[in-house]
Amino acid sequence: MISSTQYSVLNALCPMHVVMDSHGVILQVGPTLKKVAQETDLLGRKIFDVVEIRRPKGVTSVDGLCKYAGQKLHLVLRDKPTVQLKAVAGVNDENGHVVMNLSFGINVVDAVGVHNLTSADFAPTDLTVEMLYLVEAKTGAMNETRDLINRLQVAKVAAEEQAYTDTLTGLKNRRALDHILARLVLSGDAFALMQMDLDYFKAVNDTLGHAAGDHVLQKAAEIMVDETRSDDIVARVGGDEFVIVLKGMIDPVVVSRIADRIIARLEQPIPFNDDMCKISSSAGTALAKSGERLPVQTLMDDADVALYASKRNGRAQHTIYDPALRLDPSHLEPPAGRAVGP
Amino acid sequence: MHGLVNRAIQNFTRDTYGDEIWNAVAKDADLGLVCFESMLHYPDRMTEDMIASLAKLLNKTKPEIFEDIGTYLVSHASSSNLRRLLRFGGTDYVDFLHSLDDLSDRAKLAVSDLELPQLELVDVSDGQYSLICKSDVDGFTTVLIGVLRAMADDYGALVFLDTRTNADTTTTISVALLDDQFAKGNSFALASKSA
Repeated sequence: MISSTQYSVLNALCPMHVVMDSHGVILQVGPTLKKVAQETDLLGRKIFDVVEIRRPKGVTSVDGLCKYAGQKLHLVLRDKPTVQLKAVAGVNDENGHVVMNLSFGINVVDAVGVHNLTSADFAPTDLTVEMLYLVEAKTGAMNETRDLINRLQVAKVAAEEQAYTDTLTGLKNRRALDHILARLVLSGDAFALMQMDLDYFKAVNDTLGHAAGDHVLQKAAEIMVDETRSDDIVARVGGDEFVIVLKGMIDPVVVSRIADRIIARLEQPIPFNDDMCKISSSAGTALAKSGERLPVQTLMDDADVALYASKRNGRAQHTIYDPALRLDPSHLEPPAGRAVGP
Repeated sequence: MHGLVNRAIQNFTRDTYGDEIWNAVAKDADLGLVCFESMLHYPDRMTEDMIASLAKLLNKTKPEIFEDIGTYLVSHASSSNLRRLLRFGGTDYVDFLHSLDDLSDRAKLAVSDLELPQLELVDVSDGQYSLICKSDVDGFTTVLIGVLRAMADDYGALVFLDTRTNADTTTTISVALLDDQFAKGNSFALASKSA
């Protein structure tokens, strides 16, 4: 028999142990295991009526248990099959008694809450309490980090928004347009790409000053946004150069009607203080058919050719690109006063 | 200085004195921000200026402010996580005092770039302890005194604390434990409510 001194030593060193005789009759249960099992009458019961060994498979007798002495066992209490336990068994050769020490597995955090365990329920050498400390401390640090990442994410979106916006007009800028066009071409969706230049804008700037020029640009932007749908794109890509992308719209009649309406409104004198700013506009459009996936640069060039044709033909008009336009060499070069490229 | 420290001072100021005082401190100390990020690092000067402004605006001495911060860290509801982490150190106040030897290592386990000063507990006689504090951070010892007092309340222990600066620039806090079960203290469950 195991002496009572040995029992108290076991209780102190292994508060989750169980001692059984060679027939599997439970002789002794550690205090923490008692708490977990929530049963006082474990003594005298058969071990395999109380626990089920899940791994290794087929361990259903004390002999089987002895075979795996010193090795890791996975088991559950039959009454509480959700609490996963680990165990190791040792055999006393003198009397055939088996001592099995149990511990919580990786779900120790839940187990501590479920069974309302305290530091006193673990052996002083057991690192479980340190592990709980670590889990809690790391969770706290992780939450702080996640909050920081979220705030940085918001700031990043705001910064990107700013980087993609023309601050004077609130329209998209060239950088934004490049991204949008690249995506559109990749998707293979149909769209119309319209280049639109303000005419006589330089004269306004030169005679009435930059404030007047800025005001005209803002008004022009308003008109373009007003005359397009909310998911169309209006971008200012240069001083007085705009690009309008009409998504899913390649009907030349409708596109021309939109362009003509914008041009007509831009031709209305824009009041600034006591002056009237008079400008006009020329436009050219390339149509990207569904699935055609022409390179962005080709579409931009085609729209430019159409725009130059509008300018050559007397401004204040809109032209849809046609390959025949390229037969006139004057349509291939920007008219005087227009910057090339971004 | 680690953002956690600055953030703690910010939270202390806002929770104790309100947003207005905090905004005034941030302005007076010329912090250039109104919210510290606890996982970033900031120049030490910012912490020093912040404490100086706090003392000026609240018309208190720096040691008073430091000790109040220590008390706040343990006893205020918004920093209950820290109280819990400290309570993991021991089952009673003496156990907790001994765990302070590992405080710096424990802090590093949680946040690897958080440097806390080394502490060493010496058992002087029954109920008498000396906590030797090797800190070059201004005010750390005084914050610690606030923490020790508040933790004594938390454990329900009655203690008397005294400090002296040693010749080698370390500080010794003498802890006289008069009664380790003076009051009921606050409960502590290993399982956190949020887990």
